[in-house]
Amino acid sequence: MTVLADLTFSAVALSAVYFLAASGLSLIYGLMDVLNFAHGLFMTLGAYAAWDLTTHLTSTLSAPLNFAVGVVAAILAGAVVAGLTELWLIRPLYGRPISQILVTIGLDLAAVGLLLGGFGSNSLSMPVPLWLFEATHWGSLNLPNADFVALIAGVVVLVGLEWFLRRTRYGIIIRAGVENRDMVRALGVDVGRAFTLVFVLGGAMAGLAGLLNSVVFSGDLVSPLQGDGLLIFAFIVVVIGGLGSIRGSAVAALLVGVVQDFSNYYLGTHPGMAEIGNLSVVLLLAVVLEWRPRGLFGGTL
Amino acid sequence: MSARRGSLVLGGVLVALLALVPLAGWHIPWVLPSTVNVLNATGTLEVLALCFIFAGVALGYDVLFGYTGLLSLGPVTFFGTGVYVFDIALTRWGWSLAAALAATLVVTLVLALVLGAIALRVGGIAFAMVTLAFAQAFYYLVEDNPHNLTGGDTGLALASSRLPGLLSGAVSNTRSLYWLALVYLVLVGAVVRVVLNSATGRVLVAVRENEQRVEVLGLRPFGFKLVAFTLSSLVAAGGGIVYILLIGTAVPSAVASITLTLSILVMVVLGGPGSAWGPVVGAFVYVYLQQYLLKVAAEPSFASLPAVARVPLSQPQFLLGALFVLFVLFVPGGFAGAVARARARRASRRPAAPAIRGDT
Amino acid sequence: MSTAIDITDLHVTIGGSHILQGVSLQVASGEVVALLGRNGVGKTTTLRALMGLVPRSGAVRVGDQDVTRWPPHRIARLGVAYVPEDRDVFSALTVGENLRLAEQVAAPNYDGVYELFPELRQRTRQRAGTLSGGQQQMVAVARALLNEWPVLVVDEPSKGLAPRLVSELTDVLARVSATTTMLVVEQNLAVVRRLAQRVVVLDHGVVVHLGPVADLEDAGLMRQLLGVSA
Ligand SMILES: Nc1ncnc2c1ncn2[C@@H]1O[C@H](COP(=O)(O)OP(=O)(O)OP(=O)(O)O)[C@@H](O)[C@H]1O
Ligand SMILES: [Mg+2]
Repeated sequence: MTVLADLTFSAVALSAVYFLAASGLSLIYGLMDVLNFAHGLFMTLGAYAAWDLTTHLTSTLSAPLNFAVGVVAAILAGAVVAGLTELWLIRPLYGRPISQILVTIGLDLAAVGLLLGGFGSNSLSMPVPLWLFEATHWGSLNLPNADFVALIAGVVVLVGLEWFLRRTRYGIIIRAGVENRDMVRALGVDVGRAFTLVFVLGGAMAGLAGLLNSVVFSGDLVSPLQGDGLLIFAFIVVVIGGLGSIRGSAVAALLVGVVQDFSNYYLGTHPGMAEIGNLSVVLLLAVVLEWRPRGLFGGTL
Repeated sequence: MSARRGSLVLGGVLVALLALVPLAGWHIPWVLPSTVNVLNATGTLEVLALCFIFAGVALGYDVLFGYTGLLSLGPVTFFGTGVYVFDIALTRWGWSLAAALAATLVVTLVLALVLGAIALRVGGIAFAMVTLAFAQAFYYLVEDNPHNLTGGDTGLALASSRLPGLLSGAVSNTRSLYWLALVYLVLVGAVVRVVLNSATGRVLVAVRENEQRVEVLGLRPFGFKLVAFTLSSLVAAGGGIVYILLIGTAVPSAVASITLTLSILVMVVLGGPGSAWGPVVGAFVYVYLQQYLLKVAAEPSFASLPAVARVPLSQPQFLLGALFVLFVLFVPGGFAGAVARARARRASRRPAAPAIRGDT
Repeated sequence: MSTAIDITDLHVTIGGSHILQGVSLQVASGEVVALLGRNGVGKTTTLRALMGLVPRSGAVRVGDQDVTRWPPHRIARLGVAYVPEDRDVFSALTVGENLRLAEQVAAPNYDGVYELFPELRQRTRQRAGTLSGGQQQMVAVARALLNEWPVLVVDEPSKGLAPRLVSELTDVLARVSATTTMLVVEQNLAVVRRLAQRVVVLDHGVVVHLGPVADLEDAGLMRQLLGVSA
């Protein structure tokens, strides 16, 4: 029973990171039909920005404050790079969806190459408060604090995103644009600004996801390829949830996180099954697509 | 017709010249990808052989991407299948060359038909995602080293004892492997040409242009898409076989990772999707530049450059990625598109068709 | 009288088919022009091209501006309201959100819109996708009237509506036409007679007839142009 609860908790924390990575991807696709391969880069850059600032400030700031600075840095780095990507690379290619996908692939290759050149392929360690390594004991339960942080971040972003999409004018524009971009334009709305905005939002969430991925699941290590690894799962979450659906992403992230964690725990220790968690996620994707080719929530926000 | 014959003759002359390269011990400074500045040095021959292999794979991939209009993110699945099935059959099971080839062919065929049939149930971006997921599943499987078959991350060296002497991995055999790779490319080029010029090839292009219109004509696009998928998979597996013969070791990060898929896509887009020779040129530029840049970055004088120049220049992935971005932005249709536009301008006719059809 | 909409030699090619092959038509300000033609001749495409929603060549002018190369949102903001075919409302959005999305002026005329469609007032929180077809058409028209723009472009307002609703909607459009220039695509000739001063008939991507609305009474001409007996 305790094992089950512990396992569920860590699975949900993993899901929270998947959700952060996937929801921006899903919004970008839903609104603009752009499959953004540079999303992994935004995650990696978020983690590196946090690493850079926290390592240099570690002697001047208290540990919690330093970590908070890292979080802000990750979010800002993801947002800024994503916004510039939209303005400089995606915008000149409006109306050419395949070229837009290709340009994000090229950007990812080039920038990750640069990171590999600058930082090497080895992982770097980020200073984080020791508190993150500890666990909160709840009766017989043993809940890692890092998982709490991921979970809270995921919930806050989900609630904030829902509020933004439902209550603000730009949120309404984005939801309407996912349904019918042309009609939004014909009402006199400049959808281009919404395009930049979803990139900025998606990049911010990706930056945060990259940092949390390092802190919660990679033992505080950042590496140039971490975002691309996470991106694959984010893609799978987006497709299972239905392209363009935030709630779909949330549900699919839970599903993927739970399936992955549980199969890893119960099957992954058998010889030759170290990758069973990843494999079962792919299997889950195949099953969902056979059953519902447009994903669980395909078509609605 | 005469234009086609002209390009056939040109291709034939090029192939003949390339076939003679292993015999030419010319000293050429600077431009060779090997540290030995001799044209038929082993290092140079190996790089050229890699160019042939990926040119073939890119041609096969373009049947699917450029001609049929399907963005697959899974060519690596079949390249990797070629590499591993062939390698395992020879190395782990000690089969004969013929048996290993037959096994690779059968496994690839079955896998392509099954995965293709599943993935082609969806179209567009979902197709890209499903093929990507299958490719990742393949990668995890290989990395997992089930029953100690694939060697996991450590890799699986090809045992050459069951191979005829000329093909065994010895350095002295680079020359024959070079010719083998060239034969593979010529063969792929011929098969792809024949298929694309046939009635089937015309239907593939029609599927790309307007799938509904094909249905209206009473044809089932699904079957034709599956043919394109299977053909490009078989070509990729063939490339995998020649690759493992040439390189001698199968490592997941080199033959099964998404990086390789993206590289193939980059080659095709640089050269020009949906054109007869574009993917070949793209593959040559990509592979050659990659290897050449690695050589340059390893030179002693390179270390004395300031970091701002050294870091980016030492990373082929950065330079090729940046080149790719520039091509997507400013050279639609890649090399083939640029040549077509130049020709059209000279003939002062209307500009060529859009670069990637369906990209509007 | 000045020209509100001036379309000259408009060509549209989509997916290899040449759908509009040189359409020219003018709408003077204050005037109501009906665009007629059989199914599939390019009426909707003409309106979409006017709004900048499909790639086009030729010349499109709105007022004294050449908008041929403008994006749709700039054309709309010149004061061109658009009611698309098949009441293209955003089904995942509520009625209120559909209207809010259309707000483009400082003081949108909600009172006027609710006076014309009292039903919508109670349904602002209902999802547009769950409305009846007629109610959806009201949302689509309300959205276009909210800003009180000088030009209104409407694509088949009566399509698929019950006769009573058609006459109600026609009343609304007739009231609006007193202050608004209109270009309306309509198959229902009774509606056309009530609203329009002039008719333009399209066939296979070209204009085949221009004339006063009285031309509708020429049965022979109508049978030849529209395949109907008026
Ligand atoms: N996106 C498109 N792709 C391909 N063909 C199109 C497209 N849009 C319109 N067409 C074709 O262009 C022609 C004109 O279409 P349009 O919708 O303008 O006709 P219409 O006059 O409005 O017809 P209706 O009275 O039925 O609404 C039709 O033959 C239609 O099939
Ligand atoms: Mg119509």
